[in-house]
Amino acid sequence: MSETAPDRFGLPGTPIFDGETSRRGLRMNKLFMSLRTAENRERFLADEAAYCQGFRLTPEQQQAVLDRDWQAMIDLGGSIFYVYKLAMMDGRSMQYLGGVFTGMGEEDFLAAMRAGGRRDG
Amino acid sequence: MAEVIWGLATSHVPSIGAAMDRGKTEDPNWKALFDGYAPARAWLAEHRPDVAIVVYNDHANGIDLDFVPTFGLGTAEQYEVADEGFGRRPVPDVIGHPELALHLVESLVDEEFDLTVFQELHVDHGFTVPLSVWTPDPGDAWPCPVIPLLVNVIQYPQPTAARCYALGQALGRAIRSFPGDLTVGVLGTGGMSHQLAGARAGFINPEFDARWMSAIETDPASLAALSREELIRQAGAEGIELIMWLVMRGALDDEIVKVHSDYFVPASNTAAGIALFDNRAGRSG
Ligand SMILES: [Fe+2]
Repeated sequence: MSETAPDRFGLPGTPIFDGETSRRGLRMNKLFMSLRTAENRERFLADEAAYCQGFRLTPEQQQAVLDRDWQAMIDLGGSIFYVYKLAMMDGRSMQYLGGVFTGMGEEDFLAAMRAGGRRDG
Repeated sequence: MAEVIWGLATSHVPSIGAAMDRGKTEDPNWKALFDGYAPARAWLAEHRPDVAIVVYNDHANGIDLDFVPTFGLGTAEQYEVADEGFGRRPVPDVIGHPELALHLVESLVDEEFDLTVFQELHVDHGFTVPLSVWTPDPGDAWPCPVIPLLVNVIQYPQPTAARCYALGQALGRAIRSFPGDLTVGVLGTGGMSHQLAGARAGFINPEFDARWMSAIETDPASLAALSREELIRQAGAEGIELIMWLVMRGALDDEIVKVHSDYFVPASNTAAGIALFDNRAGRSG
Protein backbone atom coordinates (compact mmCIF):
# COMPACT_ATOMS: atom_id res chain seq x y z
CA MET A 1 0.00 0.00 0.00
CA SER A 2 1.28 3.41 -0.93
CA GLU A 3 2.06 5.76 1.93
CA THR A 4 1.56 8.94 -0.04
CA ALA A 5 -1.51 11.10 0.30
CA PRO A 6 -4.42 10.39 -2.02
CA ASP A 7 -5.39 13.20 -4.32
CA ARG A 8 -8.93 13.55 -3.06
CA PHE A 9 -10.22 16.31 -5.31
CA GLY A 10 -7.55 16.22 -7.97
CA LEU A 11 -6.71 19.82 -7.09
CA PRO A 12 -3.07 20.28 -8.08
CA GLY A 13 -0.68 20.91 -5.20
CA THR A 14 -3.47 20.79 -2.62
CA PRO A 15 -3.04 18.08 0.02
CA ILE A 16 -6.28 17.22 1.81
CA PHE A 17 -5.84 16.11 5.42
CA ASP A 18 -8.62 13.54 5.49
CA GLY A 19 -9.46 10.65 7.78
CA GLU A 20 -7.22 8.18 5.95
CA THR A 21 -4.29 10.60 6.01
CA SER A 22 -4.90 11.30 9.69
CA ARG A 23 -4.99 7.58 10.46
CA ARG A 24 -1.60 7.09 8.79
CA GLY A 25 -0.12 10.14 10.47
CA LEU A 26 -1.56 9.75 13.96
CA ARG A 27 1.62 8.63 15.75
CA MET A 28 3.74 11.27 14.01
CA ASN A 29 1.22 14.03 14.70
CA LYS A 30 1.15 13.02 18.36
CA LEU A 31 4.92 13.35 18.43
CA PHE A 32 4.68 16.86 16.95
CA MET A 33 2.06 17.89 19.49
CA SER A 34 4.24 16.61 22.34
CA LEU A 35 6.86 19.21 21.39
CA ARG A 36 4.77 21.94 23.01
CA THR A 37 6.59 21.37 26.30
CA ALA A 38 10.21 22.35 26.89
CA GLU A 39 10.83 19.06 28.66
CA ASN A 40 9.80 17.03 25.61
CA ARG A 41 11.77 19.25 23.24
CA GLU A 42 14.86 18.55 25.33
CA ARG A 43 14.22 14.82 25.27
CA PHE A 44 13.63 14.92 21.52
CA LEU A 45 16.80 16.87 20.78
CA ALA A 46 18.86 14.59 23.01
CA ASP A 47 18.05 11.54 20.87
CA GLU A 48 15.67 12.18 17.99
CA ALA A 49 15.61 8.59 16.71
CA ALA A 50 14.82 7.15 20.12
CA TYR A 51 12.09 9.74 20.61
CA CYS A 52 10.56 8.78 17.23
CA GLN A 53 10.69 5.11 18.19
CA GLY A 54 8.99 5.92 21.48
CA PHE A 55 6.08 7.28 19.45
CA ARG A 56 6.19 4.22 17.12
CA LEU A 57 6.71 6.15 13.90
CA THR A 58 7.13 4.10 10.73
CA PRO A 59 10.73 3.99 9.41
CA GLU A 60 9.73 6.36 6.58
CA GLN A 61 8.17 8.83 9.01
CA GLN A 62 11.18 8.67 11.30
CA GLN A 63 13.51 9.34 8.37
CA ALA A 64 11.39 12.30 7.27
CA VAL A 65 11.54 13.77 10.78
CA LEU A 66 15.29 13.22 11.16
CA ASP A 67 15.94 14.70 7.70
CA ARG A 68 13.53 17.59 8.26
CA ASP A 69 11.93 16.52 4.98
CA TRP A 70 8.83 18.70 5.38
CA GLN A 71 7.17 17.55 2.17
CA ALA A 72 7.62 13.90 3.15
CA MET A 73 6.09 14.56 6.56
CA ILE A 74 2.98 15.94 4.83
CA ASP A 75 2.94 13.02 2.38
CA LEU A 76 3.24 10.51 5.24
CA GLY A 77 0.22 11.81 7.13
CA GLY A 78 1.38 14.98 8.86
CA SER A 79 -1.11 17.77 9.45
CA ILE A 80 0.45 21.13 8.67
CA PHE A 81 -0.69 22.47 12.06
CA TYR A 82 1.13 19.62 13.79
CA VAL A 83 4.20 19.59 11.54
CA TYR A 84 4.50 23.30 12.33
CA LYS A 85 5.31 22.47 15.97
CA LEU A 86 8.56 20.83 14.82
CA ALA A 87 9.28 23.73 12.48
CA MET A 88 8.76 26.22 15.33
CA MET A 89 11.13 24.25 17.51
CA ASP A 90 13.73 24.59 14.73
CA GLY A 91 13.07 28.33 14.53
CA ARG A 92 11.43 27.97 11.11
CA SER A 93 8.49 30.10 10.05
CA MET A 94 5.40 29.25 8.01
CA GLN A 95 7.01 31.32 5.21
CA TYR A 96 10.03 29.06 5.34
CA LEU A 97 7.75 26.04 4.99
CA GLY A 98 5.90 27.77 2.16
CA GLY A 99 9.24 28.26 0.44
CA VAL A 100 9.94 24.52 0.80
CA PHE A 101 6.52 23.30 -0.38
CA THR A 102 6.52 25.57 -3.42
CA GLY A 103 10.21 25.15 -4.20
CA MET A 104 10.53 28.94 -4.25
CA GLY A 105 12.65 29.37 -1.16
CA GLU A 106 11.68 31.48 1.83
CA GLU A 107 12.70 34.87 0.46
CA ASP A 108 10.80 34.60 -2.81
CA PHE A 109 7.81 33.06 -1.06
CA LEU A 110 7.67 35.93 1.42
CA ALA A 111 8.01 38.45 -1.42
CA ALA A 112 5.13 36.76 -3.26
CA MET A 113 2.94 36.95 -0.14
CA ARG A 114 3.75 40.63 0.36
CA ALA A 115 2.87 41.23 -3.29
CA GLY A 116 -0.65 39.93 -2.60
CA GLY A 117 -0.20 36.18 -2.49
CA ARG A 118 0.06 33.47 -5.11
CA ARG A 119 -2.68 32.85 -7.64
CA ASP A 120 -3.77 29.81 -9.61
CA GLY A 121 -1.85 29.76 -12.89
CA MET B 1 -34.67 36.37 26.94
CA ALA B 2 -31.13 36.80 25.79
CA GLU B 3 -30.41 38.78 22.68
CA VAL B 4 -27.60 38.78 20.10
CA ILE B 5 -26.52 42.39 19.74
CA TRP B 6 -23.66 42.03 17.27
CA GLY B 7 -21.68 39.60 15.16
CA LEU B 8 -17.98 39.92 14.44
CA ALA B 9 -16.15 37.93 11.77
CA THR B 10 -12.37 37.97 11.94
CA SER B 11 -9.31 35.99 10.93
CA HIS B 12 -7.47 34.33 13.81
CA VAL B 13 -3.94 34.06 12.36
CA PRO B 14 -1.40 33.58 15.20
CA SER B 15 0.96 36.21 13.83
CA ILE B 16 -1.72 38.88 14.37
CA GLY B 17 -1.58 38.09 18.08
CA ALA B 18 2.20 37.91 17.98
CA ALA B 19 2.42 41.33 16.31
CA MET B 20 0.33 42.78 19.15
CA ASP B 21 2.21 40.92 21.89
CA ARG B 22 5.54 42.15 20.52
CA GLY B 23 4.49 45.74 19.91
CA LYS B 24 4.78 45.55 16.13
CA THR B 25 1.41 47.03 15.23
CA GLU B 26 3.03 50.17 13.81
CA ASP B 27 5.49 48.11 11.74
CA PRO B 28 5.01 48.89 8.01
CA ASN B 29 4.10 45.24 7.31
CA TRP B 30 1.31 45.37 9.89
CA LYS B 31 0.10 48.93 10.30
CA ALA B 32 -2.61 48.79 7.63
CA LEU B 33 -4.12 45.68 9.21
CA PHE B 34 -4.40 47.27 12.63
CA ASP B 35 -5.58 50.61 11.23
CA GLY B 36 -8.33 48.59 9.56
CA TYR B 37 -9.42 47.24 12.95
CA ALA B 38 -9.74 50.64 14.61
CA PRO B 39 -13.33 51.57 13.65
CA ALA B 40 -14.61 48.13 14.70
CA ARG B 41 -12.76 48.30 18.00
CA ALA B 42 -14.16 51.75 18.74
CA TRP B 43 -17.73 50.61 18.07
CA LEU B 44 -17.30 47.40 20.07
CA ALA B 45 -15.95 49.35 23.05
CA GLU B 46 -19.28 51.19 23.11
CA HIS B 47 -21.32 47.99 22.79
CA ARG B 48 -20.06 45.60 25.40
CA PRO B 49 -22.24 42.47 25.66
CA ASP B 50 -22.87 40.47 28.82
CA VAL B 51 -21.51 37.30 27.20
CA ALA B 52 -19.66 36.46 23.98
CA ILE B 53 -19.53 33.23 22.00
CA VAL B 54 -16.38 32.54 19.97
CA VAL B 55 -16.74 30.07 17.10
CA TYR B 56 -13.25 28.74 16.41
CA ASN B 57 -11.04 25.72 15.84
CA ASP B 58 -8.13 24.37 17.81
CA HIS B 59 -4.69 23.96 16.16
CA ALA B 60 -2.96 21.09 17.99
CA ASN B 61 -3.00 22.90 21.33
CA GLY B 62 -6.16 22.22 23.32
CA ILE B 63 -7.15 18.92 21.69
CA ASP B 64 -5.25 16.41 19.60
CA LEU B 65 -6.28 13.96 16.88
CA ASP B 66 -7.36 11.24 19.37
CA PHE B 67 -10.76 12.91 19.27
CA VAL B 68 -12.08 14.95 16.37
CA PRO B 69 -15.41 16.42 17.48
CA THR B 70 -17.25 17.96 14.55
CA PHE B 71 -18.87 20.53 16.86
CA GLY B 72 -18.11 21.18 20.53
CA LEU B 73 -19.17 23.66 23.19
CA GLY B 74 -17.40 24.65 26.41
CA THR B 75 -19.37 24.65 29.65
CA ALA B 76 -16.47 25.44 32.00
CA GLU B 77 -16.19 28.31 34.46
CA GLN B 78 -12.75 29.19 33.18
CA TYR B 79 -10.47 28.43 30.20
CA GLU B 80 -6.73 28.63 30.49
CA VAL B 81 -4.77 30.18 27.62
CA ALA B 82 -2.77 27.39 25.94
CA ASP B 83 1.01 27.26 25.78
CA GLU B 84 1.45 26.52 22.07
CA GLY B 85 5.14 25.73 22.45
CA PHE B 86 6.91 28.90 23.49
CA GLY B 87 5.00 30.23 26.44
CA ARG B 88 1.41 31.35 26.56
CA ARG B 89 0.29 34.66 25.11
CA PRO B 90 0.43 37.45 27.71
CA VAL B 91 -3.35 37.77 27.80
CA PRO B 92 -5.87 36.96 30.54
CA ASP B 93 -7.40 33.54 31.03
CA VAL B 94 -10.99 33.36 29.90
CA ILE B 95 -13.98 33.39 32.23
CA GLY B 96 -16.75 31.15 30.92
CA HIS B 97 -20.51 31.30 31.36
CA PRO B 98 -21.64 27.79 32.39
CA GLU B 99 -25.27 28.80 32.87
CA LEU B 100 -25.77 30.04 29.31
CA ALA B 101 -23.47 27.33 27.91
CA LEU B 102 -25.48 24.52 29.49
CA HIS B 103 -28.68 26.08 28.21
CA LEU B 104 -27.17 26.24 24.71
CA VAL B 105 -26.12 22.59 24.84
CA GLU B 106 -29.57 21.48 25.93
CA SER B 107 -31.35 23.61 23.39
CA LEU B 108 -29.03 22.60 20.52
CA VAL B 109 -29.19 18.88 21.35
CA ASP B 110 -32.98 19.19 21.47
CA GLU B 111 -32.70 20.57 17.94
CA GLU B 112 -30.56 17.52 17.05
CA PHE B 113 -27.20 19.25 16.90
CA ASP B 114 -25.34 16.67 18.98
CA LEU B 115 -22.41 18.71 20.25
CA THR B 116 -19.44 17.40 22.20
CA VAL B 117 -19.27 19.03 25.64
CA PHE B 118 -15.92 20.40 26.86
CA GLN B 119 -15.60 20.76 30.63
CA GLU B 120 -11.90 21.52 30.44
CA LEU B 121 -10.17 23.19 27.54
CA HIS B 122 -7.03 25.22 26.93
CA VAL B 123 -7.84 27.83 24.32
CA ASP B 124 -5.29 28.64 21.61
CA HIS B 125 -4.71 31.50 19.16
CA GLY B 126 -7.85 30.54 17.25
CA PHE B 127 -9.74 31.78 20.29
CA THR B 128 -7.51 34.46 21.84
CA VAL B 129 -6.53 36.32 18.65
CA PRO B 130 -10.18 37.22 17.87
CA LEU B 131 -10.54 38.46 21.46
CA SER B 132 -7.44 40.63 20.90
CA VAL B 133 -8.84 41.90 17.61
CA TRP B 134 -11.89 43.00 19.60
CA THR B 135 -10.04 44.22 22.72
CA PRO B 136 -6.38 45.06 22.15
CA ASP B 137 -5.67 46.00 25.79
CA PRO B 138 -7.79 43.79 28.02
CA GLY B 139 -5.83 44.50 31.21
CA ASP B 140 -6.59 41.86 33.82
CA ALA B 141 -9.74 40.49 32.19
CA TRP B 142 -11.55 40.26 28.86
CA PRO B 143 -14.61 42.51 28.56
CA CYS B 144 -17.08 39.74 29.45
CA PRO B 145 -17.41 35.98 29.96
CA VAL B 146 -16.85 33.98 26.78
CA ILE B 147 -18.16 30.60 25.60
CA PRO B 148 -16.09 28.56 23.10
CA LEU B 149 -17.88 26.84 20.24
CA LEU B 150 -15.48 24.52 18.42
CA VAL B 151 -15.73 23.40 14.81
CA ASN B 152 -13.54 20.76 13.20
CA VAL B 153 -12.06 22.47 10.17
CA ILE B 154 -8.67 20.76 10.02
CA GLN B 155 -9.59 17.14 9.29
CA TYR B 156 -11.75 16.25 6.29
CA PRO B 157 -14.72 15.80 6.34
CA GLN B 158 -15.39 19.15 7.90
CA PRO B 159 -19.07 19.88 8.54
CA THR B 160 -20.73 21.30 5.44
CA ALA B 161 -21.18 25.02 5.07
CA ALA B 162 -24.93 24.43 5.11
CA ARG B 163 -24.70 22.60 8.43
CA CYS B 164 -22.63 25.41 9.94
CA TYR B 165 -25.22 27.97 8.85
CA ALA B 166 -28.04 25.81 10.25
CA LEU B 167 -26.13 25.41 13.53
CA GLY B 168 -25.84 29.19 13.71
CA GLN B 169 -29.56 29.59 13.19
CA ALA B 170 -30.24 27.05 15.96
CA LEU B 171 -27.71 28.88 18.14
CA GLY B 172 -29.65 32.10 17.61
CA ARG B 173 -32.88 30.39 18.71
CA ALA B 174 -31.11 28.85 21.70
CA ILE B 175 -29.81 32.26 22.80
CA ARG B 176 -33.24 33.85 22.43
CA SER B 177 -34.84 31.09 24.53
CA PHE B 178 -32.51 31.66 27.50
CA PRO B 179 -34.66 32.63 30.48
CA GLY B 180 -32.38 35.45 31.72
CA ASP B 181 -31.85 38.90 30.25
CA LEU B 182 -28.45 38.88 28.61
CA THR B 183 -26.87 40.64 25.67
CA VAL B 184 -24.65 38.42 23.53
CA GLY B 185 -21.93 39.04 20.94
CA VAL B 186 -21.05 36.24 18.53
CA LEU B 187 -17.63 35.94 16.88
CA GLY B 188 -17.07 33.80 13.78
CA THR B 189 -13.36 33.32 13.23
CA GLY B 190 -10.82 32.10 10.68
CA GLY B 191 -10.12 32.68 7.00
CA MET B 192 -10.01 34.25 4.63
CA SER B 193 -8.42 32.52 1.62
CA HIS B 194 -5.15 30.71 2.36
CA GLN B 195 -3.30 27.47 1.91
CA LEU B 196 -0.35 26.41 4.05
CA ALA B 197 0.92 23.12 2.53
CA GLY B 198 1.45 21.72 -0.95
CA ALA B 199 2.77 23.29 -4.13
CA ARG B 200 -0.21 25.66 -4.00
CA ALA B 201 0.92 27.08 -0.61
CA GLY B 202 0.54 30.84 -0.46
CA PHE B 203 -2.62 30.77 -2.56
CA ILE B 204 -4.79 33.87 -2.07
CA ASN B 205 -8.07 34.57 -3.90
CA PRO B 206 -9.14 38.20 -3.44
CA GLU B 207 -12.09 37.86 -5.84
CA PHE B 208 -13.54 35.00 -3.83
CA ASP B 209 -12.85 36.81 -0.56
CA ALA B 210 -14.69 39.90 -1.85
CA ARG B 211 -17.66 37.77 -2.85
CA TRP B 212 -17.64 36.10 0.58
CA MET B 213 -17.37 39.44 2.40
CA SER B 214 -20.38 40.82 0.58
CA ALA B 215 -22.55 37.69 0.69
CA ILE B 216 -21.95 37.00 4.39
CA GLU B 217 -23.98 40.15 4.99
CA THR B 218 -26.65 40.03 2.32
CA ASP B 219 -26.88 36.47 0.98
CA PRO B 220 -25.40 33.94 3.42
CA ALA B 221 -27.54 31.17 1.96
CA SER B 222 -25.49 31.39 -1.25
CA LEU B 223 -22.34 30.71 0.77
CA ALA B 224 -24.01 27.89 2.71
CA ALA B 225 -24.63 26.20 -0.65
CA LEU B 226 -20.91 25.88 -1.43
CA SER B 227 -19.48 22.36 -1.28
CA ARG B 228 -16.29 21.50 0.58
CA GLU B 229 -14.54 20.90 -2.73
CA GLU B 230 -15.60 24.29 -4.04
CA LEU B 231 -14.47 25.99 -0.83
CA ILE B 232 -11.06 24.31 -0.97
CA ARG B 233 -10.71 25.17 -4.65
CA GLN B 234 -11.72 28.80 -4.17
CA ALA B 235 -10.38 29.61 -0.68
CA GLY B 236 -7.50 27.12 -0.38
CA ALA B 237 -7.13 23.97 1.71
CA GLU B 238 -7.09 25.95 4.96
CA GLY B 239 -9.42 28.71 3.75
CA ILE B 240 -12.30 26.27 4.18
CA GLU B 241 -12.34 27.41 7.82
CA LEU B 242 -14.43 30.35 6.57
CA ILE B 243 -17.40 28.05 7.26
CA MET B 244 -17.11 29.25 10.88
CA TRP B 245 -18.27 32.70 9.78
CA LEU B 246 -21.55 31.05 8.76
CA VAL B 247 -22.21 29.86 12.33
CA MET B 248 -21.95 33.48 13.49
CA ARG B 249 -24.09 34.73 10.60
CA GLY B 250 -26.80 32.16 11.26
CA ALA B 251 -27.18 33.42 14.83
CA LEU B 252 -27.95 36.95 13.58
CA ASP B 253 -31.20 38.28 12.13
CA ASP B 254 -31.80 38.19 8.38
CA GLU B 255 -31.62 41.99 8.36
CA ILE B 256 -28.37 43.30 9.78
CA VAL B 257 -26.38 46.49 9.35
CA LYS B 258 -22.69 46.43 8.59
CA VAL B 259 -20.71 48.64 10.97
CA HIS B 260 -17.31 48.10 9.39
CA SER B 261 -15.27 45.70 7.27
CA ASP B 262 -11.71 45.54 6.04
CA TYR B 263 -9.39 43.23 4.11
CA PHE B 264 -5.62 42.86 4.26
CA VAL B 265 -2.98 40.64 2.60
CA PRO B 266 -0.85 39.08 3.98
CA ALA B 267 -1.14 38.23 7.64
CA SER B 268 1.51 35.50 7.63
CA ASN B 269 0.34 33.37 4.66
CA THR B 270 -3.29 34.39 4.95
CA ALA B 271 -5.74 36.96 3.64
CA ALA B 272 -7.10 38.63 6.79
CA GLY B 273 -10.66 39.90 6.92
CA ILE B 274 -12.80 41.63 9.52
CA ALA B 275 -16.54 42.33 9.35
CA LEU B 276 -18.69 43.73 12.15
CA PHE B 277 -22.49 43.64 12.06
CA ASP B 278 -25.02 45.40 14.26
CA ASN B 279 -27.87 42.98 14.90
CA ARG B 280 -30.25 45.59 16.31
CA ALA B 281 -30.03 48.41 13.80
CA GLY B 282 -32.09 46.52 11.23
CA ARG B 283 -35.08 46.18 13.55
CA SER B 284 -37.86 48.68 13.36
CA GLY B 285 -39.88 49.91 16.33
FE1 LIG C 1 -7.81 28.07 12.18
